[in-house]
Amino acid sequence: MQIAPILDVQHVSKTYDTGGGPLTVLKDISFSLTAGTTCAIVGPSGSGKTTLLGLCAGLDRPSSGTVILHGHSLHLLREDALAALRNTYVGFVFQTFQLIPTLTALENVMVPIELRGDRRARPHAIDLLQRVGLGERLHHYPVQLSGGEQQRVALARAFISQPRILYADEPTGNLDAETSEMVIQLLFTLHRDAGTTLMLVTHDLDVAQQTQRIIRLKGGMIVEDSGPPPLRGPGEQGHECLGERPASR
Amino acid sequence: MSAWESGQRAVDTRRVRQVLWLWKMAWRDSRGGRKRLLMAIAAISVGMAAFIAITAFDANVREAVYTQAKALLGADLVLSSRQPFAPETEALLTALGGEQSREISCTSMAYFPKSAASRLVQVRALQGNFPYYGTLETEPPPAATAFRTGLQAVVDDGLLLQFDAQVGDTITIGGLTFSIAGRLKKIPGEAVAAALIKPRVYMPLAALQQTELLHKGSIVTYKVYIKVPPEVDADALLETLHAHLSTYRLTGETARQRAASVGRVMTHLSRFLHLVGFIAVLLGGIGVASAIQMYIKEKLNTVAILRCIGARAPQALAVYVLQATVLGAIGALVGGAGGLAVQLYLPRLLRAFLPVTMPLAIAWPAVLRGLGMGIGLVVLFALLPILAVRRVTPLLALRAVYAERQPDGRDLWRWCVLLLLIGSICAFALSHTERWTYGVGFCAALGAAFGLLTAVAQLLMRLVSNLSRNAWPYVWRQGLANLHRPQNQTLVLVLVLGLGTFLLTTLYLTQQTLLHHVSLANAGGQPNLIFFDIQSDQRDDVVALVHSYGLSVLQQVPFVTMRLVSIKERSTVELRAEKHIPEWALLWEYRATYREHLLDTETLVAGAWQGRIEHPDTAVPVSLEEDIARTLDVGLGDALVFDVQGMPVTTIVGSLRRVDWQRVQPNVFVLFPAGVLEPAPQFHVLVSRAPSPHLSAAVQRAVVQQFPNVSAIDLTLILQTIDAIVQKVTFAIRFMALFSIAAGVMVLTSAVLTSRTQRIRESVLLRTLGASRAQIRQILVIEYLFLGTLAAVTGLLLAVLASWALAFFLFDIAFVPAGLPLVVALLLVSALTVLTGMLGSRGVTTRPPLEVLRNEI
Repeated sequence: MQIAPILDVQHVSKTYDTGGGPLTVLKDISFSLTAGTTCAIVGPSGSGKTTLLGLCAGLDRPSSGTVILHGHSLHLLREDALAALRNTYVGFVFQTFQLIPTLTALENVMVPIELRGDRRARPHAIDLLQRVGLGERLHHYPVQLSGGEQQRVALARAFISQPRILYADEPTGNLDAETSEMVIQLLFTLHRDAGTTLMLVTHDLDVAQQTQRIIRLKGGMIVEDSGPPPLRGPGEQGHECLGERPASR
Repeated sequence: MSAWESGQRAVDTRRVRQVLWLWKMAWRDSRGGRKRLLMAIAAISVGMAAFIAITAFDANVREAVYTQAKALLGADLVLSSRQPFAPETEALLTALGGEQSREISCTSMAYFPKSAASRLVQVRALQGNFPYYGTLETEPPPAATAFRTGLQAVVDDGLLLQFDAQVGDTITIGGLTFSIAGRLKKIPGEAVAAALIKPRVYMPLAALQQTELLHKGSIVTYKVYIKVPPEVDADALLETLHAHLSTYRLTGETARQRAASVGRVMTHLSRFLHLVGFIAVLLGGIGVASAIQMYIKEKLNTVAILRCIGARAPQALAVYVLQATVLGAIGALVGGAGGLAVQLYLPRLLRAFLPVTMPLAIAWPAVLRGLGMGIGLVVLFALLPILAVRRVTPLLALRAVYAERQPDGRDLWRWCVLLLLIGSICAFALSHTERWTYGVGFCAALGAAFGLLTAVAQLLMRLVSNLSRNAWPYVWRQGLANLHRPQNQTLVLVLVLGLGTFLLTTLYLTQQTLLHHVSLANAGGQPNLIFFDIQSDQRDDVVALVHSYGLSVLQQVPFVTMRLVSIKERSTVELRAEKHIPEWALLWEYRATYREHLLDTETLVAGAWQGRIEHPDTAVPVSLEEDIARTLDVGLGDALVFDVQGMPVTTIVGSLRRVDWQRVQPNVFVLFPAGVLEPAPQFHVLVSRAPSPHLSAAVQRAVVQQFPNVSAIDLTLILQTIDAIVQKVTFAIRFMALFSIAAGVMVLTSAVLTSRTQRIRESVLLRTLGASRAQIRQILVIEYLFLGTLAAVTGLLLAVLASWALAFFLFDIAFVPAGLPLVVALLLVSALTVLTGMLGSRGVTTRPPLEVLRNEI
């Protein structure tokens, strides 16, 4: 059975013009992700992980190559169409949480739905915040929340629009080990429940190995790709092809 | 409902919700920044208050001029002449009917026996019930009618105050002593300021005939005020009188014409004040742009997050445009409320210049217009920095390092907004100036002032930066370095504070230069006392009296009054109909003199001066002052015929002179050579110099007592008059300019609050590294001191330049630099800046470091 990929990246390169001349960050990257799967992008600092994430989410445009997200060629879309696409199909979780400081936790979560003019934002947002354990912190501002709480608000915001694909950029990079564990559990739980495709950029191999596929970047190129996972039931996880299997899960 | 309709309704509902979300988001996003933004808005409020006050005041003045049109003249029609009405005119006036009042006015000395003081006044002898519309306001009120019989007078309130005279005291005019029946408070259609030049004294017309004022050569105006029957249209009537008026050298004015001319004058006044007030609005606008720029820089990450989660660029832009619009509306409303309060004060401020009684009404349409304009300007100023939101890439939320940014200079929308802003400012200036050239001039001057202020400020900043040396103590170096910190607002603050300083100092320096110039005339043996209207048979006695006080007579100048009959063989009646030459120049009663030599106040610019004529029966070569020659459209060799008190005298323009009118000298438009006018009836002017004001007053008193028809004017009086007028004019302008200073202080406060977080972080960092609170306070004081000094020096340099330019180009006098006011202004502006800065920085040195550092993480 041939399943259309939700994300198809073909021969993507990205070069920046810097004062010292052109700087190529990504070279000829190609891969595709099937809906509902999980994938980790790993690699050393400066290998192009975040840049690749940005290109896949339509936050930036490749210098060459194509990115097709849910059947839409991103390079053919204008800025506003990209924004609409992100609002409909894409969720984000950032390393630095990126909550809007002037909004409460509840208001932050509601934003993606409110942007669409959907009136059901509030009950849905409250429900999600309760699911991530912040039912008592609805009206707190980001500055009044701990790092872990902020990231849980970010997770709720990412999932409120029921995205087809979720991009997570080092979601535990600013958290301690215990909180990281809790956030990752929550991330995978929400992913499973929503059937969302998950593309995760991380330094943490333990986290990466919880995904079904790992793509390793170095110097802007894919040096290792565990390949697409075999077809499994929705929400089934695990990686057996690359690196070590986690000792305990 | 069809499926399509139901779908369409759903789309519409979604759109409405999206718009509602924009408002909600704008409100939520403004949390934490409202206080700072409101301070910036306070700056525009101050400007708006000034602007709306003037707009509303202007509307009220127009309304008052319209509703009080007849009271501006006191009658429906007034006819006036510089000579007694001819029998034909008297017959015409009898035929016209209606109610009529007669007035004869002339200039004379008034003597107050109680204080033994005298002063030049304008005597108005009245007969009849004038004014027919409006009232002659006196204290006590019955005096307005009581003075019209017997030997009674009502005297300008200011004059009575000056000489400490009371109602019931006496005043001597033209050899007659009058009882002062009342204080004159207001005359219909006349501004109080008119009394500064010549205070007015009303007396009965019958009494004037008993005085010795109506001699040959005296400047006398004869008027008849007419209240026409209700069925007669005064304007139409005046049209029918045109031929008669022209033949008998009369001028006529109707209430409608007076209202139109007063309306024009008031429009000029309010337009000028509008422009001064507009500068305060612009300063506030710059403050708003600066504050919003800082605000938006802090919001870039929020915008990037919104873009990441699906907000389109126009939506993100709309959030901040809405914030700016709401803040602009708040600023305009607060400014509008303040403006209404100021509007109530303006009639008092400008009372001296208002010939109408101002109603205490709020001109709502004008206020709403002002509000709309204010909001529009705030949004335009705010749009400049807000447009940057459109170009925020969502990638910024991931990482700012590789975010590609388009330089501001290439943003077409930014240029459009900038052009729209400049266009709006120019359109405003053009709509508030009499001629488009003035509007362009205002814009150019404004642009030049801003450009020069920016250039000078940048130059000074560079100088200060270069001056900073490693050898200086740390707190000095840090304080100076803060002026160059990232996102500093040094230039904007120097601009707004400098402009306020520039405006106020320019006014003060110009005022001082004018007064100094007049007082200079008192130095070096220059004449400072002039007696005029001396009849030929009084001349020797007046000279003897002046000598008896130990004063020398510097000049004795004979004057012969004459009128123009024809120019280049065309009669003045004919020329008046053509309206090519101004009517006043054709009707003017010229006071010519004759002598053999030119004076040191005169310079020959064309032709040759012939000092004596041996055969006066041929055309007499006269010398004309160059400006009057231009007005009369004559040049060398052109013929002019004068009527010298009944005798036609044919002249040709033999030469043209440039005259220094600013010297206290009896200068003339028309100068005859000797040998022509000697036999003509004439009066004399005597020029002297009194070494002290005391002696000047004493000799004037003696002359006026012995020769009641003789008038005197001295330099002290000229100085007092100019000082009083300049004081009143500059007070009004200074009042408006104060709004600019207030706007500047608001912008400063806003900038201090905007950078407060940054300062707290720096303070904590320095304290963590071991700096004491005292050192941090010193750094702040040094920073604000330099900022204030930079702004003051910039403003003062430009003020000196502008005052010089005004003196040189406009007043044609030498600029007098005044050192002390500049030093005082420098100290005041610097102190004000330090005070505002330190007040706004309260708490910067007391926040616990840990609290701040924890928030940083």
